[in-house]
Amino acid sequence: MTAITQVRPAQRGKARSKRDPFRATPLTKIALGFTVLLSIFPIYWMIIIASRTNSDAVEVPPPLLPGGNLGANIQRVLETEDAHFITGLVNSLIVTSTVTLSVVLISTFAGFAFARLHFRGRNLLLGSILITMMVPLQQMGIVPLYQLMVTLGWTGTLKAVILPYLLNGFGVFMMTQYTDQAVPEELVEAARVDGASTMRIWWNVILPAVRPGMAVLALQTFMLNWNEFMWPLIVLSPENPTVQVSISFLTAAHSTDYVLIFTGTALSVLPLIVVFVAFGRQIVGGLMEGAVKA
Amino acid sequence: MSVNLHTQRADPAPPPPRPGRHQARSRRSIWSQFDIKATPYFLISPYFLLFAIFGLFPLVFTLWVSLQDYGLAGGDASFTGLANYTKLLADEDFWNAVINTVGIFVLATVPQLVLALMLANALNKRLRGRLFFRLGVLVPLVTSVVAVAIVFTQLYGRDFGLFNWLLGFVGVDQHIDWQSAKWSSWTAIATMVDWRWTGYNAIIYLAGMQTIPRDLYEAASIDGASPRRQFWQITLPMIRPTIIFTVFVSTIGGLTLFAEPVMFASNRMDGGATGQFQTIAMYIVEQGFRNFNYGYAAAAAWLLFLLILLGVGINYTFVRRIGGSK
Repeated sequence: MTAITQVRPAQRGKARSKRDPFRATPLTKIALGFTVLLSIFPIYWMIIIASRTNSDAVEVPPPLLPGGNLGANIQRVLETEDAHFITGLVNSLIVTSTVTLSVVLISTFAGFAFARLHFRGRNLLLGSILITMMVPLQQMGIVPLYQLMVTLGWTGTLKAVILPYLLNGFGVFMMTQYTDQAVPEELVEAARVDGASTMRIWWNVILPAVRPGMAVLALQTFMLNWNEFMWPLIVLSPENPTVQVSISFLTAAHSTDYVLIFTGTALSVLPLIVVFVAFGRQIVGGLMEGAVKA
Repeated sequence: MSVNLHTQRADPAPPPPRPGRHQARSRRSIWSQFDIKATPYFLISPYFLLFAIFGLFPLVFTLWVSLQDYGLAGGDASFTGLANYTKLLADEDFWNAVINTVGIFVLATVPQLVLALMLANALNKRLRGRLFFRLGVLVPLVTSVVAVAIVFTQLYGRDFGLFNWLLGFVGVDQHIDWQSAKWSSWTAIATMVDWRWTGYNAIIYLAGMQTIPRDLYEAASIDGASPRRQFWQITLPMIRPTIIFTVFVSTIGGLTLFAEPVMFASNRMDGGATGQFQTIAMYIVEQGFRNFNYGYAAAAAWLLFLLILLGVGINYTFVRRIGGSK
């Protein structure tokens, strides 16, 4: 956070500002404005189509202002039975919340142990997490994972898309770093001298201090898991999908019904947009903080 | 995802100072001894337990599966040794997927990282409404990949797509069927990837740039170095670790590309009529879960892994040279 909230150098004299390398030229501002516009346009476009009719969607030139059909279109998506859209939305909420809660808890536990406790094999174990972080486990192990789910009889159930995601190496690594920076070693030692057990230290010393880090991890895990597509597509059935699988079926089955597809798509990103509007500042802060902590 | 891989080296884990350990020991009960020894393992056990089942086991077992022939429709397996691998290496469809994946990866990643650097440099200037611009460029990250692909697929529509309409103004009158050819489908998919990830990389670079001491630039300015020169001589070399990190992440993400091309093919795995944009991940799913040729798919997964190692290696050697050797 320090990097972001850093106070800018005070105003300088005119002569100096001429060669000030951090002066934003009009060209810079225009380029940035244009980039933001490009970043927002596809989302804006999605909402335009979602609020119009199919005959509007194929007009040339394309419509650039929203219409008045959003409510009716949403109803149409919810009534499209083969998409199981509501089921998908509810399933995604269940899966993503469970996964987020678990990843944050597991990572906070492990982060505490790796950052502030001493035990044999600590560096080796932390190193093994770092190495496995670089392996695309999901693509690599997809066949045995599927066979495992078949053996357990879990294909088509939410268990199949929850369990493999309950842990996350990035999360452990992030919480290790966060704990290391947020909790002074002396604080843990002092609590120890006072006779606190390890779990009590976790509860009374660690947890209050690392809460901001947990929040950032929770946000990132939520966004990442909400997006998960390949594995749910393979292991879930169209009748019991996550929201991403649901809109992919919607797209395949109603390929010419743009309005229907776009409305479903807009609904599927709604939770992400809500999260972004509410916590955008923390997301930017978390990304930047994580990036330079090296 | 905001993790820098290079901390691995920067985490020397100072030898634990244990002041007063000996005198304290006598006072501690057996329970607290046990607590200190065992609880750390208890705290990390959920991670490693789950990792063993859902991470390590599938990874190792893939190797075993890749040596099996499952016959038709996932029937009984029989050991075939390296037969799947030799067959794959002679399989034109597999090589087609490899070429597509690498092609889309290069087409997407090079402009993406260059644009992200320029964007970060712009965001690093003194600006009114900094948070607005930062959030603005991050907006694409919070849409879902599937949603991005659906919207872009429509924008690239042959008859009513916005891109073809816009191209009409610059003299391209004939409506391009973006899905039909390699170059056009690769371009379309690459823009989807870039739209979503350029802002993210820019924010990561920006974070790196803000750790550079400003005196460096001021000194360079006084010496008469142009902003361009400062960018090449100060900014780039100083954020090299950050660049290496983004190249790592982009390589892994790019070579396992899946959702965008799948949605661009209307939720099919074939990647167009002649597989013109079928990626390796799509090929694995097609072989394993459409044709139920588990062994073949597992072998392809291992070859994908080798490709990723190769890609990371090549890119690392390349990026290490940025801004002169140090």
